Amino acid sequence: MSAVTAHGVIAPILVPLLTGTLLVLLRGSATPLRRTLSMLGVQLLLGVSLWLLLQVADGEILVYRLGNWAAPHGIVLVADRLAAGMVLLTSVLALFAMMHAIQGSDRRGRQFHVLFQFLLMGLNGAFLTGDLFNLFVFFEILLIASYGLLLHGGGAARSRAGLHYVVINLVGSSLFLFAVGTLYGVLGTLNMADLSQRVAALGPEDIGLVRAAALLLFLVFALKAALAPLHLWLPGAYSAAGPAAVALFAIMTKVGAYSILRVYSLIFGADAGPLAGLVDPWMLVLGLITLVVGTLGALASQRLALLVSHLVVVSAGSILTAFGLGGEAALSAGLYYTFQSTLVVAALFMLTENVARTRGAFGDELRAGPMLPAANLLGGLFLVLALAVAGLPPLSGFIGKVLILKASVGAPAAMPWIMAIVLITGLLTLIALARAGSTLFFKTETHARTASLPNVAKLVPVAALAGISLLFVVFASPIHGYAQAAAAQLVDPGGYLEAVLGAGATDNDADADTDTEPAKMAEVAGPRRTTVHSPPDQIMPAH
Amino acid sequence: MEALIALVIGLLAGCGIYLLLRARTFPVVLGITLLSYAVNLFLFVMGRLSIGVPAIIEPGRSAYADPLPQALVLTAIVIGFGMTAFVVVLALRARADLGNDHVDGREP
Repeated sequence: MSAVTAHGVIAPILVPLLTGTLLVLLRGSATPLRRTLSMLGVQLLLGVSLWLLLQVADGEILVYRLGNWAAPHGIVLVADRLAAGMVLLTSVLALFAMMHAIQGSDRRGRQFHVLFQFLLMGLNGAFLTGDLFNLFVFFEILLIASYGLLLHGGGAARSRAGLHYVVINLVGSSLFLFAVGTLYGVLGTLNMADLSQRVAALGPEDIGLVRAAALLLFLVFALKAALAPLHLWLPGAYSAAGPAAVALFAIMTKVGAYSILRVYSLIFGADAGPLAGLVDPWMLVLGLITLVVGTLGALASQRLALLVSHLVVVSAGSILTAFGLGGEAALSAGLYYTFQSTLVVAALFMLTENVARTRGAFGDELRAGPMLPAANLLGGLFLVLALAVAGLPPLSGFIGKVLILKASVGAPAAMPWIMAIVLITGLLTLIALARAGSTLFFKTETHARTASLPNVAKLVPVAALAGISLLFVVFASPIHGYAQAAAAQLVDPGGYLEAVLGAGATDNDADADTDTEPAKMAEVAGPRRTTVHSPPDQIMPAH
Repeated sequence: MEALIALVIGLLAGCGIYLLLRARTFPVVLGITLLSYAVNLFLFVMGRLSIGVPAIIEPGRSAYADPLPQALVLTAIVIGFGMTAFVVVLALRARADLGNDHVDGREP
């Protein structure tokens, strides 16, 4: 492994960190300069993410040891196919959100670009880290940046939504720390690969505590992923935020889904003994409930932004349904769905703002308004995106849903429920979107004031994302192939463990058994056992 | 000692949750603060309670305190402090924007 490859894993975190820091220093400078710099940062990030994806596409798992501390003792960053895919998805989304933001919405408040870059850093860090406490830290980074972005532009609606969003996330963070603390107290490690081995060799007296901590962790991730009944914060917050910010927020619920997938496939996966598949029954049922609740919310929405926010909930429900099914086919279907739905929903959020601007005082309210001057263009884009999100052929949502339905055939007990709920909620989503579209683009109020022309430059990113949805159909086979390969790595975490802990780590079960003897090793007062998984000369004396 | 610490953490968390469920922003902020104190204490004692032992290797010592929870709790305190400051400012701003300090932004 060359030096570039060795250090490249941390690049998706460093690029936005350095760009953001530079932008803080340049806070008094001219807007064009900051926009150019921020855009360059995002483009560089896209390049780096693409490079990382190509590095891991052949199945290699890149591990970056921060400070060169050996694995269970230091923090590691791990880039496998899933992590690299999510990082690339973030960068693509960031590029188009930034294209939209620099058309003017970034000037409605201060420090938009700084917050945007730090949000990217938090997202990429959360996807790449291999350490549970580090995951918490990156969660906090992305959350504090998102608080700022949500409030960007100000106004009473944003303050009200912001307060709810911030408080519920702070409570979530506290619960996260309780869960992490319990896991450390019992297992004596925070490295995910090491946790996985310790959980597999857990003594019966500690199972209750670890199960409680694991379910608490699931609660936190479900809150972030907007899984019913913990999704109630989302529609209010997302429908109040500005267009570019909320386009990027579309991936924030996926961080929760990603964390669920990572933690419960790696730490509480098939090899976890009595704790294997701990949350599987919950995930499927809650995913289906989320689908139904999100769809009902979409049907009841009186504003387009609120409708699209409920579509984020629907997309979270579909993804968690697929993840809850388990197995390679379902996981790959869920990943394909994640990739395409994130981009489509983000495009819909940006289009919502364009439509609202054009309609003047009517905003995005779903009632008869002025005749739109460019109704063909706006309506055409809305049609394409609505078809994609509702899952009709020939767009990407259709393939995503077909893959999920196909995967459900492998689980005969759940299949009728999944088939029925996915298909019926798809139809209801289509009805909600058709009603919204016909109200916005066909129904006109004759004495309404004339609407203004849309800003075509702002429609470019929307059209580009709609084009990407088409590319997801054209290149469905390679993309699904990649998702399948990523799912294979998740189903069999042996490669991950070996990459992080070193060769032979997976077959030292005998060793692991002796270390999990309760930590009455006398000389260490704490629970942390000094297990040596790597050659001793790599470990500093303090450990 | 363990029972006392556990009681203290439980009391802090209980008071925090009670205050979190109040309808005004100030008690909610206090609730978040108490809950984060409970979390910090909890993280700290996850390294087990020990008296008079160093966290760094010293010659001639055989017993050590676990240094990792101390590092974790330091991180958690810093993050918690920043978040509390932010939520205080946000609550003040919501009070100014919305004209009242109810968490829903309107009087019931």
